[in-house]
Amino acid sequence: MMKRLNAFFKSLLLIELLQGMAVTGRYLFARKITVQFPEERTPMSPRFRGLHALRRYPNGEERCIACKLCEAVCPAMAIHIDMEERADGTRRTTRYDIDLTKCIFCGFCEESCPVDSIVETRIFDYHGEKRGDLYYTKPMLLAVGDKHEAQIARDRAADAKYR
Amino acid sequence: MEFLQSLLGPLWPLVWTLVKIVVIVGPLLLAVAYVTYAERKVIGYMQVRIGPNRVGPLGLLQPIADGVKLMMKEIIIPSGANKKLFLLGPVLAMAPALAAWAVVPFSPELVLANIDASLLYIMAITSMGVYGIVLAGWASNSKYPFLGAMRSAAQIVSYEIAMGFALVGVLMAAQSLNLVEIVNAQKGTTFFSWYWLPLFPMFVVYLVSSVAEINRAPFDVAEGESEIVGFHAEYSGMAFAVFFLAEYANMILVATLSSLLFLGGWLPLFDIAPFNWIPGFFWLMAKICFVLFLFLWFRATFPRYRYDQIMRLGWKVFIPVTLVWLLVVGGMMQTPLGYLFH
Repeated sequence: MMKRLNAFFKSLLLIELLQGMAVTGRYLFARKITVQFPEERTPMSPRFRGLHALRRYPNGEERCIACKLCEAVCPAMAIHIDMEERADGTRRTTRYDIDLTKCIFCGFCEESCPVDSIVETRIFDYHGEKRGDLYYTKPMLLAVGDKHEAQIARDRAADAKYR
Repeated sequence: MEFLQSLLGPLWPLVWTLVKIVVIVGPLLLAVAYVTYAERKVIGYMQVRIGPNRVGPLGLLQPIADGVKLMMKEIIIPSGANKKLFLLGPVLAMAPALAAWAVVPFSPELVLANIDASLLYIMAITSMGVYGIVLAGWASNSKYPFLGAMRSAAQIVSYEIAMGFALVGVLMAAQSLNLVEIVNAQKGTTFFSWYWLPLFPMFVVYLVSSVAEINRAPFDVAEGESEIVGFHAEYSGMAFAVFFLAEYANMILVATLSSLLFLGGWLPLFDIAPFNWIPGFFWLMAKICFVLFLFLWFRATFPRYRYDQIMRLGWKVFIPVTLVWLLVVGGMMQTPLGYLFH
């Protein structure tokens, strides 16, 4: 009886609704947690899997030896490689394409690469404006690698002790 | 002004009324635009976000960008819709929301039409807003808008009764239907003489049922964007924007009415030196902003009511509460304590 009377007055006097409003009222003055994206960015792991890049050795020679392990492991079949034998007897790619619209950014290509050639960088805010813009060819991938080599090398070094 | 009067001759009253209408509707529409901005900011802050801040300083041009975007968009008329009624819907929703402002006083002198039964006029006009919604839902020839319209019609009809009873309390206390006189009847030295205190249950019922009247959270089942999208699901571009404007114009109207009827309109908080220097107009604006903030606060706090709960609240709680308090007010007015209710 008392319990029901209590509940009746509690709902009649809108106690719980006022408590709810007190909570939102408090949060009105709370510190805001919004990250204002282009100016501010959230912290990122060295293992971040973003846009791909092809790396070179310090002497300028490209690392990729066209072993096609990445092509084989790619679950989305986004990688296409053609190769040839050079005059000096080394095997190199003539074509290395990644279709980023197929890619699922699993990172298997990077894991499978025996020479750390194909890597995924921290770059994630890129875009294409027409069909085909996200079909990355070998020169494009090498250009990404050349541009961001310092960051890529730092990230590999930071992650090396866990491998 | 006399020169213009002689120039226009018999046309003068018409022109002068039009000027007054523009003077009221212009700032009103601007206020509507900025209530949408305030809503996004306040709700954002209550959700620990910062809300729009990209268009203009502090995002202050956001409502204008929204307006331009909506105006540029195509108005799509569904092939199965009744074209005339489909386009009449937004107009019928918007017109009453603006027409009601004709009798709203902004200060003892500042009122477009100071008619005797202004409260009755407002009650009559605002009830018509539901036709726009029902028509929109029906003319869309689509099931979800139709559901939304049905819900809205039932809800507005139910809450009109509780709201009407709450207003009867005000009428009994003020002994007048004229909004200017109702405010003047609340005159006293402090804010305790305003009607919110002696008619407190009425005030709460009025506030809550006015939220239901204007179909806003937590009573926004007519819109219910997460379940049925609402009566305007088939509308796009400016036709949709007009519904949006009507909702916010109604919101400001209801806030103004609660300020006038229960919060002493343009009367200052205390009738002493620093307070009564401020012109009454600004007091009224401050009170309207306060009530509008409450509406935004409600929306940020409460989840949507279930439909049967809305009906139960309207019929089984609000109507009995207001009826009982009407008896209390009527009885008290016959006792020596009656001065409390005048």
